[in-house]
Order: sequence, then structure tokens, then C-alpha cells
Amino acid sequence: MVQVLDPLLIVALALNFVALGVSRIRGVINAVALQGILLGILPLFVHPDIGLRGILLVVVAIGLKGFAIPAFLVHAMREANIQHEVKPVVNYMSSLLLGAVGTGLAMVFSSTLPLAEEHTGLLIVPASLSTVWTGFLMLTTRQKAIMQVLGYLLLENGIFVFGLLLLEAMPFLVEIGVLLDLFTGVFVMGIIIHHISREFASISTEHLTELKE
Amino acid sequence: MSELFVLLGIVLAATSGIPGLLMGRSCMTGQWVTTLLAVLGAGVGLAGVGIFWTGAASQPIVLPWPIPGAEFSVALDGLSAIFLLPIFLVSLLGSIYGLAYWKQTEHQENGRKLRLFYGTLTAGMAMLVIARNSILFLFGWEIMALSAFFLVTTEDDKQDVREAGWIYLVATHMATLCLFALFGLLRAANGSFALTPLAEGSLTSGTATAVFVLSLVAFGFKAGIMPLHVWLPGAHSMAPSHVSAILSGVILKMGIYGLARITSLMPSLPLEWGEIVLILGVISGVLGVAFAVGQHDLKRLLAYHSIENIGIIVMGLGLAMIGRSLGRPAWIVLGLGGSLLHVWNHALFKSLLFLSAGSVIHGTHTREIDHLGGLAKRMPWTALGFLVGAVAICGLPPLNGFVSEFLIYLGLFETLGIGKEPSFAGAAFAAPALALIGALAVACFVKVYGAVFLGTARSDHARHAHESPRAMLGPIAVLVACCLLIGLAPLLVTPIIGKGVSAWAAGLKDASPQLSNLAPFEWITFMGLVLIGALLATSALLWLRLHTSVVQKGSTWGCGYVAPTPRMQYTSSAFAQMLVGLFSWALRPHVHAPKGMPMFPQKTDFHSEVPDPVLDEVVMPVFRFGGSLFSWFRVFQQGSIQAYLFYIFIALIGLLLWR
Amino acid sequence: MDAAIHNTIHVLVALTLSPLLLGVIAKTKAFFAGRIGPPLLQPYYDLVKLLRKGSVFSTTTTWVFRAGPVVALVTAAIAVLLIPLVSARAPISFTGDVILLAYLLGLGRFFTASAALDTGSSFEGMGAAREVTFACLAEPAFFLGLLVLAKLSGSLQLAGMLGGSLGVYWSTAGASLALVLLSWFVVLLAENSRIPFDDPNTHLELTMIHEVMVLDHSGPAFGLILYGAALKLFVFGALIVRLALPVSTGFSWLDWPIFIGGMLALAVAIGVVESTMARLRLTHIPVLLVAACLLSAFGIILLVR
Repeated sequence: MVQVLDPLLIVALALNFVALGVSRIRGVINAVALQGILLGILPLFVHPDIGLRGILLVVVAIGLKGFAIPAFLVHAMREANIQHEVKPVVNYMSSLLLGAVGTGLAMVFSSTLPLAEEHTGLLIVPASLSTVWTGFLMLTTRQKAIMQVLGYLLLENGIFVFGLLLLEAMPFLVEIGVLLDLFTGVFVMGIIIHHISREFASISTEHLTELKE
Repeated sequence: MSELFVLLGIVLAATSGIPGLLMGRSCMTGQWVTTLLAVLGAGVGLAGVGIFWTGAASQPIVLPWPIPGAEFSVALDGLSAIFLLPIFLVSLLGSIYGLAYWKQTEHQENGRKLRLFYGTLTAGMAMLVIARNSILFLFGWEIMALSAFFLVTTEDDKQDVREAGWIYLVATHMATLCLFALFGLLRAANGSFALTPLAEGSLTSGTATAVFVLSLVAFGFKAGIMPLHVWLPGAHSMAPSHVSAILSGVILKMGIYGLARITSLMPSLPLEWGEIVLILGVISGVLGVAFAVGQHDLKRLLAYHSIENIGIIVMGLGLAMIGRSLGRPAWIVLGLGGSLLHVWNHALFKSLLFLSAGSVIHGTHTREIDHLGGLAKRMPWTALGFLVGAVAICGLPPLNGFVSEFLIYLGLFETLGIGKEPSFAGAAFAAPALALIGALAVACFVKVYGAVFLGTARSDHARHAHESPRAMLGPIAVLVACCLLIGLAPLLVTPIIGKGVSAWAAGLKDASPQLSNLAPFEWITFMGLVLIGALLATSALLWLRLHTSVVQKGSTWGCGYVAPTPRMQYTSSAFAQMLVGLFSWALRPHVHAPKGMPMFPQKTDFHSEVPDPVLDEVVMPVFRFGGSLFSWFRVFQQGSIQAYLFYIFIALIGLLLWR
Repeated sequence: MDAAIHNTIHVLVALTLSPLLLGVIAKTKAFFAGRIGPPLLQPYYDLVKLLRKGSVFSTTTTWVFRAGPVVALVTAAIAVLLIPLVSARAPISFTGDVILLAYLLGLGRFFTASAALDTGSSFEGMGAAREVTFACLAEPAFFLGLLVLAKLSGSLQLAGMLGGSLGVYWSTAGASLALVLLSWFVVLLAENSRIPFDDPNTHLELTMIHEVMVLDHSGPAFGLILYGAALKLFVFGALIVRLALPVSTGFSWLDWPIFIGGMLALAVAIGVVESTMARLRLTHIPVLLVAACLLSAFGIILLVR
């Protein structure tokens, strides 16, 4: 079980770096979608006998994170007519290196946490912390609103992974909460993007500073 | 016996310049006599070192000295002998080089001064290396520092030279100050000024840390470890080339010698010290070569490469220190062995590069890389010497740079915990850093060699270049031979390096056989010969094929453009642009570029340079601030006698009241 | 005796198979483009043709220009002798031979770039500048991967690192080895000037790296360069195939075909990558190489955690 878990988490971590380093928005959407699918099937490996309710949840999570939300974002992208991120606040090389530093620190930090017996050797906590860090990095350093939404998605993915630890204690409570949160958030963001695009004829968020007066 | 020879060599070298002072300034006789004496002195010194290595035991010489606490105590051991060889060899070759490069008849004002201080420099360095008493060490150190100052400011009629000299002087005296404090602490721990190993527990942990920090600062200044390197680029580029060779190839190693000697005296080394030294080595190595990539002054570039190689040497030393803290003999042998061998190798190929650069400057009268080009056709022997030096400094087989870097790599890989040995894996990450340093060095030297010697001449300087006389090419050839020798036959130097390692790590008696076991030098020799043989065979086959087929000459393909000019070639700054961009967070290049193009293009220019950010943005502002603070005290310096008498009166009253 | 036969087969396979890899890549790309493409043996025909042609040398060049192809070929050929192809045996093997491998390729790079600068043309200068810059970022990625292999196998010889027990390591430390494999694949693409780093087919001076460095070579010297490039591809490819397929059945008549099959599959994979991706913008290439370094770095961090 552990043998499959670690490689999947490694792929999820690698997808973090893909999201940080790629400038094509479509590429980042694909990476986040793939990460969502991967994380969606993880509960099947952590808790072998989860029952029908569990399987239903896995299907909903994959459907939402891997297909519905990315399709929605692609639609928003077409509507706003953009393909690439403009120069981010921190350039790609630096964001890649910052992501790497964050992942390293997450690994060091997680080895100091008082985890339960069966969770200490796994990569779940480091993967979750570094995905949260990556999402936060994207949220704060990218200028296009869609990229910020993707950063928010990565953040939620990270929390989702952390919730896997609590699977036996509170089955799927965290997961359901995260999914609802995600759905609402993306819905609201979609509306906002539509309005920004209509108002300013672009979805670069630097224009939003004009609203301060 | 060997000590006597070395002392005789020191005396000869020190006095070699004096006859030249007495003879006239417009004839060459003085120079010939001085060179003869210098060569004789260096030869005698080398003979002494050779005697030591053929198995003679060390016979310390102790003479009384009227200075309190000091005694004239000298001895040769494995560590000292290793550092003596570059001192005498480079000095010998430099003196011969100077016969043609700095002819008395062409440099009447400063030629005799240069040769005088060249001799005293050699003497001072040899003295400090064999000294076994702190006061004697400081004596040799100061002679070395001051001689180097006078050598750097040989052409003191030029403003740049004077500035570089001042910065050097400040740096070296800060080092000396730290050394005073250091030896004071050691005396408190040891009870005397003798440089002997300290007993267990004679140093409290606070004192030990102070000793470590002081020696790191003092010897770091002298060796040019970042960020204490600020004096290096200026001093090495403004000095005459054979002086730069000894500055870069030998004086920097005196800092390494000091670090090695002090750490060998310590009873035990905490792990953090080795880690700090390793990290400093990695930083100096990577940033040193990154800075070198951005330079366009030939000698400044070579100076930054010295910082890189000192970084590599310090990495090896750090690894050995970690090995001693954790009790791993393999790491000590490989780390310190690689470090000491790199001391030799760097002395050899850096002197080779500086002497070749001097030959270029002699032939073209300019140091600016972007004004040169195509020199390989007009100065073929210099080009060949520089190529060998470039391949050696990049650490490429079959030359000597590869052998020492090979040892350090093996040592770093060992820290992963090969076999059942426990690991200290953090050190292993220095191995990819060393690979990065090597690749950057290749980039830099392809740039230099290509821009200076290949392509077509970019200016009149280069178009009218002439090859150098034999007195200059001779030392270059000797150094080429040495590089090849160590690269192809490293087994010859294994016993010597082993003796040096045993001298450093007191508990390690059988370093040489361990070194032979851990490092497969026979294979390196074999592969080196295979490489050279295959190259010669393939070249012969190609030559045969070309001779039996049609060969035409034409001009370089320029995509159909029929009037190419030399200015269309890639310049050195263009070559380095991408790398400088990648490292711009550290290099902070100054770029003067045209801002936007007007409708009708006009004449404009582009200029970029990479100054030293530590010097310009840290050291200078600090010193300026200090200067403005101290200017408040100027109010006391009235210049009137009455005021000064008044100060004396106040001081007297103060003394009377105090008692 | 057995060793002599093994070494002979090793050398023969290396020397004859390498141009075939180029042919397979070209055929794969043609397949994706809906063409028939050049015959599989085209590189061999090219080599023979070039050896029979005359040469044109520029008057600007010196002996360094003629030495460049020679050094590139010889260093790649000696590097081939250091790699274990099957059954964890290489003709030449000693402690630390992997460092010699990396630095031999560095020597080849030094002389190829110098030969490019020897022509005094800005095109070659451009290519040489890019080549040495990207090599700076590819070398650390390679060495980080070597750290992983050294830690797992406990050996500093290539034959030991890529030895028989690699199969066992895949099951215990599969994640690290997968990261190293991916990172080394990126390094292969970078060092051999394949898409996404360089397009070997455009011959547009502004977009090439390797092709533009050898723009001025002609005749037999150019043939040496072509063959040297094929051998270099073989070297990197063999490392990856050994890492991915560490099978050692013990029957050499089975091992060699498996290895050759693996090499051809790798060539097809390179062809697929070249057909499905576009060349990266020049400013994005360092980002990809740093990502490869980070992958390897995480491979070793996972092991020493």
C-alpha cells in the first residue's frame, strides 16, 4: 500500500513544479486537473475498505476537481481571450526555486511534528504542506486572475491531502468540506472574473488597484 | 640538512635584489646578476625540499633571538614541504620570465625595486612556511605582505595601480591584526609562542571559537575566500604579470597554509567548523567563477578564477576537517589530499595562465579581451601555453586539474555512506556544486580562449601582435610540462601528498598507502595515455584523409553576406550574457544601453561591466561612513604646536591623577 | 576469454548501433508527420558520403578547428568504453570512472565550442555560448542523479551503480529512481541538442545550438562530428536504458537483444517527444534544466531523509 502511495505523492509534488514553471495557462490547468485526479484516487489506497459512500465520494471528487472545474476555467479563459501569463511578480526560475525551498522545509518540518505511528514515514504531510505552499506562492505572485484561482485550487488540494490522515477518525468529513468550499470559491471567482473582464477589458489584477479610491 | 638548504635558499633569495640596486639603472648587468642569484636561491631551496622528500628526517634548527618570547625555530614537515615547492618554483620561473618581460632598460624607474621585492617576497613566504614560532611566522608574514604591496604598486605612477595597492594594504593589515589576536590567544593556551600542537582541554570552547573565527578571517583575507576577496581582482590585475603569477599562484596559498596549520594544531575539531569551511568553499567556488564569466579584463578574469580555485581547495580542507571530527580517515585522506594537490596544481596552471597573459600583454599592449582576437596565428606558442592552462584549470583530463578534483569528488561521494559506513550526507551536495563550478569554468575559458586567440583581430593592437622572446616562453613551456606530468603520472606525487596529510592529521600515519588504495591513480595514468594515443591516431587518420582529398580555402560562411568585419564576431560579453543574466542576482552587472530607438537611428553605444558588488556596495560605503564618523575627530588636529603641548599636559595630569 | 568476447561485442554494438539511433528518431518523426521519411540506414550513408567528400576550410581558422571534431569523437568513443551495457560489466571500470566520463564529455564540449569560435562568425559564437551555458545547468542534474545511484548501490563505479541489484532497488526506492530517470532523460535531451532544447532540423541560425556550432565544418571532419554526436547519444541513452531496464538474465544471447531493443525503444521515445513538443523559448530552457536538477535533488533527499 505504501509502495503505491509514495510514487503517487511524488507525481503530485512534481505537478506542483510544473504549475510553478509553466507560463501557458492551459498547461497549468492541465497540471492542476491531473493533480486533482491523482489525489482523488488516493483515498482508495489509504483506506482499503471504505464502502459505497467512499467510492461515491471519490468519483465526485475526481469529477469535480479533474473535469468540471478545469472545464469551467478553460471556458473563462476563452471568454477573456488570454493564453499566457504576463511577467509574474517573481520570475519563473525564482518561483521554481522558492517552491523547492518550501518543499524541502516542509520535509524537514514534518519530521519534527508529533504524528501517529503509521503516518510518520509517509510523504503525506510533506506533500500536503508543500502543495499548500505552492498554492500560496501562485496566489501571491501571479497577476492574471485565472492563475490566482489555480493557486487557490492547489491550496485546497494540499488541505485535501492532509485530510487523508484523518480518514479513519472522521471519514470524509474534511473531504466533503473541502469540496464544498472549492466549488463555492470557484463559482464566485468565475463570476468575479467575468465582471473584471467586462469592466477593464483584461483580467490582469493590477488594474484592481484603481478601485482603491 | 634540508632545513639548512632551505635557509640558504631564503638568504640568497632575500639578498638577490641588492646587487641590482647598486648597479646602474640603464644597463642590464644588474638584472642578470639578480636573476642569477634568485635562480640560485630558488634552486637551493628546491634541493632542500627534494632532500626532505627522499626520506631525510626533519632536523629542526633553533637559534636564540633577542626579541622576548621569540626564538628562531624552523623545521620542515610534510605540510611545509608541500607549500615550499610552489614558492621556489614559481619564483624561479618568474625571475627568468622577468628577464624579457620587465627589462631594466625598458623600465628604468621600477625594475630594480621589483626585483628586490620579488626576492624578499620569496624569502618571507619560505620563512613563514617553515617557522615553528609565532613571532617568526608573523615576521615572515609581514615581509611577505609588504613586499607584495610594493610589487603590486610597481607602476605607482598610475592611479588605478595606487588604488588597488591601497585596498590590498588595508586588507592585509586587517589580516595581520587578526593574526596578532590569534597568536595572543594561542600563547595564553599554550604557554609560549611555539607553534606546537595544543594539548587536550587547553582551550575552552569560547577561546576555541575565537581562535577559529580569527584564523578564518585572517587567512581568509590572505587566501581570498569570499566575501573577504575584495582586494584580489584589483591587485592581481594591476600588478605586472609575473608578479600576478606569484600573487595568485603562491601568496593565496599562504592563507591556506595558515588555515591548515592552525587546524592541525587544534586538539579536536568541532563538526560545525568543518561545515562552515565547506560551505565557504562552495560559495567562493561558485560565485568566484560566476564573477569571472562577466569580466572583460584578461587579468581580472584570471584573478576571479583564483577565487574559484581557492574555493575548491577550501572545500577539500572542509571535508578533511569534517572527517577528523567524525573520525573517518578516508575522508581526511581524500579531502586533504585533493586539497593539497590542488594547491600545487593551481600554482602551476595559474602561473602558466598569468605568464601567458603577460606574453599577450607584452605583444599587444592591452588587457582588454574585446580588443584582441586571432592571436593564435601571430603568437602560436603563447596560444598553446594558454590552451594547456585553460584545459588544466577546467579540470579536464588528461591534465593535472582533473586529478585533484577527482580526489575531492571521491571524498565527497564517500560522505554518502558507501558500504556500511555511516553518512554525513549534507556534504555530498557539494559534489554537484563542484560539477557546476567545473562547467562554469569551461564556459569562461572557452570564452577567453576564443575571444583572445581565435577568430579575427578586433583592433590594431591585436593585428600587430608579435610573439614573445624565449626567456618568456621558456617558463611557460616548463609549466606546461609540469601540468602534463602530474596529470599523466599522479602516482609520482602520492607519497609527497601522503606525507602532507600525515603531518596535518596527527593520528594518521599511513596516509600514502591509504591514498593509493582509495584513488585508482594507475587507471588515471592508463586512461590519460589512452586518450592521448587515440587523439594522435585519429588526428593522423584525419590528416591522411585530408591530404588525399580535395581541400579548398575560403572565408567563413556568413549567410551570404559578402563583407564580414571582425566586429561581427561574438564578443566576450555577448558570449557571457546568458550566464551573467542567470547570476545577475549576485553579479549586479552595470549595463549602459540605449533607451528605445528613435525614428531615424543615430549613433549610440552599449557598455556593460561587472564590478565587484562586495567592494562597491558593502565595503566602500562602510569605509566612507567610518571616514565621515572619524572626520569629527579632525577638530583635534589643529596643526598648532600649542594645542599639541596642551594635549600632552592634559595626558600628564590624567596619569598623575590615575595613580 | 569470456571477458574479451564480451568487450568485443560491447565495442561492436556501440560503434555500429549509434548511427541507427539517429535513423530511428528520424523515422519516428516522419511517421508522426504522415511522411515515409529517410531510410533507417540513412546516417550510415551520410557518414560514408562525407568521408569521401572534399573539404572547405575557412582562412580564419587554426589547428583548433581541425582538432575540434577529433576530440569530440575520441572523447565520446572512450566514454562508450566506460559504460556497462549488459550484465554490469564494462570494458574499463574503476572507482570513480563516472567522474572521468562526465569530464571527458566536458573536454569534448570545450573543443567543440572553441572550434566554433575559431571561425570568427557570430552564428557559431551564438551556438557555442548557448551550448556551454546549458551544460552548466545540466551537469549538476547529472551528478545529483549519480548521488542517488551511489547511495543505493554503495559503489563508485558505473558498473556497480548500474549493476545487477538495480532491480531490487526499484522496488525499495522506486520513487527516487523514477525521479532520476526523468531528470536524466531531460539531461539527455539537453546534452544531445534535441527538442525541447534545440531543433536539429531547422538550420535556422537563430534557433540552433549544436547545428550552428558545426555550421562551417565540411567533408570528413563533419563526418567525424556526426559520428561523435551519435556516440554521445548512445552514451546517454545506454545510461538511461540500463537504469530503466536492469535485467540480467545471465544468458548473453538474451541480454544483448534486450539491451538493443531498449535502445531502439528509447530512440522511438525521443522521436515521440520531438514530434509532440515544440522547442522551448530560449529564456525558458534554464527553467526546465533547473527543474531537472530539482527532480534529482528530491531523489537524493528522499533517500537521506
